[in-house]
Amino acid sequence: QKVSVEVLDHLEHLALVDFRDSEGVERLQKAIQFADQLHEVNTDGVEPMDSVLEDRCLYLREDDVTEGNCTKELLENARETVEEYFVAPPGNIPLEKLEGRKTYLQGS
Amino acid sequence: AALKDALRSQVSAALKEGRVTPTELCQRCLALIKSTKFLNAYITVTEETALKQAEESEERYKRGQPLGILDGIPIAVKDNFNTAGIETTCASKMLKGYISPYNATVVQKLLDQGAVLLGKTNLDEFAMGSGSTDGVFGPVRNPWSYSKQYKEKSVPKSHSEDKESNWVITGGSSGGSAAAVSSFTCFAALGSDTGGSTRNPAAHCGVVGLKPTYGLISRHGLIPLVNSMDVPGILTRCVDDAAVLLGSLAGHDPKDSTTIQDDFKPFELPDLTDVSKLSVGIPKEYNAPGLSSEILALWSKAADLFKNAGAKVVEVSLPHTRYSIVCYHVLCTAEVASNMARFDGLEYGHRSDVKDSTESMYAATRREGFNDVVRGRILSGNYFLLKQNYEKYFVKAQKVRRLIANDFMKVFRSGVDILLTPTTLSDAASYTEFIQEDNRTRSAQDDILTQAANMAGLPAINVPTALSERGLPVGLQFIGRSFQEKQLLTVAKWFEKQVQFPVIQLEEVKRHDNGVFQHQKSVSFS
Repeated sequence: QKVSVEVLDHLEHLALVDFRDSEGVERLQKAIQFADQLHEVNTDGVEPMDSVLEDRCLYLREDDVTEGNCTKELLENARETVEEYFVAPPGNIPLEKLEGRKTYLQGS
Repeated sequence: AALKDALRSQVSAALKEGRVTPTELCQRCLALIKSTKFLNAYITVTEETALKQAEESEERYKRGQPLGILDGIPIAVKDNFNTAGIETTCASKMLKGYISPYNATVVQKLLDQGAVLLGKTNLDEFAMGSGSTDGVFGPVRNPWSYSKQYKEKSVPKSHSEDKESNWVITGGSSGGSAAAVSSFTCFAALGSDTGGSTRNPAAHCGVVGLKPTYGLISRHGLIPLVNSMDVPGILTRCVDDAAVLLGSLAGHDPKDSTTIQDDFKPFELPDLTDVSKLSVGIPKEYNAPGLSSEILALWSKAADLFKNAGAKVVEVSLPHTRYSIVCYHVLCTAEVASNMARFDGLEYGHRSDVKDSTESMYAATRREGFNDVVRGRILSGNYFLLKQNYEKYFVKAQKVRRLIANDFMKVFRSGVDILLTPTTLSDAASYTEFIQEDNRTRSAQDDILTQAANMAGLPAINVPTALSERGLPVGLQFIGRSFQEKQLLTVAKWFEKQVQFPVIQLEEVKRHDNGVFQHQKSVSFS
């Protein structure tokens, strides 16, 4: 069962990384095939496990400020900043649909 | 003191007694790093700060006030741990030039005890891989490729054959750290372990690789791969040194709420002489397809060693072992898809020049910044997390995870104290052979023996055992009960003493180390 172009496109959109070439798509196909082996295991009545420490109480700190005031250090690592802001391109423009994007999937 | 000395038993004493100074030690290590540059074990060498730290340590020793056993000891840290003021790249274009604004908790702890940070070691990009071959700074070479032991055994196919192409991989993803410890450029190194990334290279490089229990050591500052499985790993040349490192790193960290709150007491390892009360389990499923006959024989010999010493050795079963790698594949890619989402170019790291929209900038940044392996895992992870696949794959994998963890619980509850398994399927492959298969295939093959311990959160350790027919290290793995590191390490130390693994004979080290050659009168294990 091959993954449809619609799903591949959807994945590129969700992940914001691209498949790049046929190898990338093959990689996903193989990954799914590999994962399908899980269905051989009988998991009736088994609860999913989130964490091996599920029997313990997670540590919660008091809601007190213990550190901060590191604006300068944090801004230093960003390429584009203005005063104390990180600068992003316009956010209300969705990623172009398949037809408009320069993606390998266009050819499929 | 020689560079190959054990930290705890020899170097620390030498520093205290003034037989060697921290600056001398630091300079020797830095010189050796320079002359072993071809190994490509280090991404960043922090020469200036290391020498400064060494000087400060020397002052403390002069005043008779060393901070502890780690004061003045040169160490290296895998480049996926944040180190304040020092570039942290994860061997990826995405973080090239990223200067961490803070120290990971484990790094801070080491520095607080006076350790001297020599540099950041090389790895597979974002710790994804089992060869340390897929990072943006190139592959790491296994120091054993240049050892007398390996060279003696390798028959050149022709006179003109380039010896250069014969080098073997370190394993991964903490290959740089393993190579650094193995080649004597540092006394201990930090790695990380999500599916075997500390134990695998430890086995291939002939060093001790400890994966602590999940929740024992803080992950704060370790750039995450799989939040529910990652742990900082410890690489040293002997088990006693691993115990020292563990003692200085373990314990609750308020900055990492997944660390347990129990009090941790650092311990010294007893010299076990009587193993008659020990029950060692041999999981039959770890005789996995592809396991070399050499390693199978070694494993068998090790089991006999325990039996002949009076321990109870029993065959046990971990029935879901063969699904653990599949389970890991799904859970890992799913968590990776989430963890890699933070890399968008906005606050740190690589940023694309595309500026039409936020989304197109993010997409371009990630297209430019991540290699195939990382992109592949992100896409797979997103697939498994799609609404139509969530139950079928992600939740299913979580259920299988519980079955795997339960397998271990059952075995430990039946009276077994510790498990003995191989660490890898074979000795280190040559680089040319290793790259014949892609990263995912290799990881699936190589992680098979190590990653179930990550699934269940259990502590595990690789102990170098013997040399293979090719003259390369082979290690065996011990898996212990949760938070029973003392027992795990005690048994590992006993085993280490029995096998007397040979010291690597490297030309570069001979030249640099004017200390006495440690000729171990070893009864070789194999």
